Amino acid sequence: MLQGVINSVRESQVWSSIFRHGIPRDRRTRVMAIMSNVFLHLHPVAVRKSGIRLSFTWCMGGLTFFLFIAETISGVLLMFYYRPVVEYAYSDIIQMRAALTLGVMREIHRWGAHAMIIAVWLHMMRVFLTGSYKPPREFNWVVGVILLVLTMLLSFTGYLLPWDQLAIWAITVGSKMAEATPFAGMNGPGRELLQLPGGIPIVTPYSDAKFLLLAGDSVGEAALLRFYVLHCIAIPLGAATLIAVHFWRIRKDGGISGPM
Amino acid sequence: MHMLLSNSMLHLAAGAEQVTALDKFKDFVNRWSVPQYSLPMFLLLMLGAFFGYRKWTKPIIFWPMMLVFTIVYFGFIPLDESYAAILQKPDNVPISMMIFLTLYFLWLGLRQAAINDHNMEVGKPLIEEDREDKVLCWPDLVYTELLAMVLCTVVLIIWSVCLKAPLEAAANPAGPPNPSKAPWYFLGLQEMLVYFDPWMAGVVLPGLIILGLAAMPYIDTNPKGNGYYTFKERKFAILTWMFGYLILWCVLIVFGTFLRGPNWNFFGPFQTWDSHRVDALTNINVSDIWYVVILGGKLPSSMLVREWPGLVLSGFWFFALPYLLTKIKFFGRLRTQMGFARYYLMAVLFVVMMLVPVKMVGRWTMNLKYIIAMPEISFNL
Repeated sequence: MLQGVINSVRESQVWSSIFRHGIPRDRRTRVMAIMSNVFLHLHPVAVRKSGIRLSFTWCMGGLTFFLFIAETISGVLLMFYYRPVVEYAYSDIIQMRAALTLGVMREIHRWGAHAMIIAVWLHMMRVFLTGSYKPPREFNWVVGVILLVLTMLLSFTGYLLPWDQLAIWAITVGSKMAEATPFAGMNGPGRELLQLPGGIPIVTPYSDAKFLLLAGDSVGEAALLRFYVLHCIAIPLGAATLIAVHFWRIRKDGGISGPM
Repeated sequence: MHMLLSNSMLHLAAGAEQVTALDKFKDFVNRWSVPQYSLPMFLLLMLGAFFGYRKWTKPIIFWPMMLVFTIVYFGFIPLDESYAAILQKPDNVPISMMIFLTLYFLWLGLRQAAINDHNMEVGKPLIEEDREDKVLCWPDLVYTELLAMVLCTVVLIIWSVCLKAPLEAAANPAGPPNPSKAPWYFLGLQEMLVYFDPWMAGVVLPGLIILGLAAMPYIDTNPKGNGYYTFKERKFAILTWMFGYLILWCVLIVFGTFLRGPNWNFFGPFQTWDSHRVDALTNINVSDIWYVVILGGKLPSSMLVREWPGLVLSGFWFFALPYLLTKIKFFGRLRTQMGFARYYLMAVLFVVMMLVPVKMVGRWTMNLKYIIAMPEISFNL
């Protein structure tokens, strides 16, 4: 009887409007399964057997992407409960802890972020050790380097949002570095060289690299909003775009690397 | 140099009759964990791992070693409070993960490199060599991906249920905690602040890391080792990169998270973080060494006259050394193979990276602070 139900579902107009092929059991339907699905068609239809061995790829690039998705989903859920304003930010986190059933979303988001950073580093190490950055994959490696930086910036901007002692002082330490940027930081070497005629300095505490980062001379209200927007909108959009480029180039550069 | 209250002394002070072997061991580890001893040891360990990769990567040797390391690593948690406090801090869990995963994957990579290098010598095919042997992505790849996702989800959920995300007191702009630390993945750079000014540690060095990584595929013209694990065919590239990644990035992160306490003082793994400890810093500049120590006089008042020894040294390091290296046979060959632009880009990045250990050694051996000290224009190197 169960088989009968399954069969009638599979033969229904709804099912066959979604899945254009039968159960992937033979070569033709397996090829169809990959080609007729928007997500799966990121893959080629067939790959070299040794290319997909776990001991070769370590699956770290894939896991980084998966963690990016997990971070996006948990992040969107957290956005429902969090207001990026100095008055509310910290208490919203406390509320989230106390009031939410199964309140592990913040944990998933935070630990997932740490895991994503480790995964992306290991992915880089694997690509390096297999020499997969060599021609024809040079450009995709560069895209990967930018994604690596974006991953760390995503985590860095998120670090401020709980607005606790850990957050503001970690970002204070980090943003002190910006103050020392050569030519563009208030305490950086070479800033005196940038002057308007008449000796008016271009680099001031209100126009240097640190000010650009924090929208102020210390980590305050404006910095919280700035980091929030960077964390939730600007950097994820940039990363998602580059991830698309990264995946597309894997295909265009000949798939998973292997001996030439 | 450090005022260390040893475990044995604390133990005696607490009225214990005698110093146990465990205390002695802890003191020993504390004493040898300071960067001037442990960093060279880590470097030797790394070199040993790469040059002995055909021996220790055999599973029969690796897995017992890993087991012993795991037992030692976690075994000290019940034996020492300070150690337990560091390791069990929720935000430090990723560091332990990083240590174990890096060791495991380093083994996995080098193991396959050892097999491939052996196979190439005896004329057998590489592990990765099966160009004709293709499989369909459904089911072979998509199922692996599904399993990886499920496993990752399970690990993440268990981790999240077991460990609460840290939340400290509400932000207080007037009360910095001691120590104030950047997020853990930037602690290698914060550790650099011990040896360099912020413009180097926080801007120039990370900038050059990004630039160097991006430039790598255009610099490395070695056609071998493309798409398979090998060490033999890419020794220089792998050793240089791994020195940067394992020693200057990962080990310094471990130092920064586990061993840097109040006032950024260095504490051994079994030492209590004492916020009152003051480490005397009497660091001197190259100009002091030249004018005061060697010539026995005073520092000249003119900045350029005062700093010429440092300027000459830096000029030598950044501009002359890349050229002089070509006199060494190995670098000479690289220069010919790579051409002018590629070679000098590589060589400049290489000497900048090597400036880091050189300055560290300068600090440890002669308390060197700055090679060039021009606070007048905020330019200290």
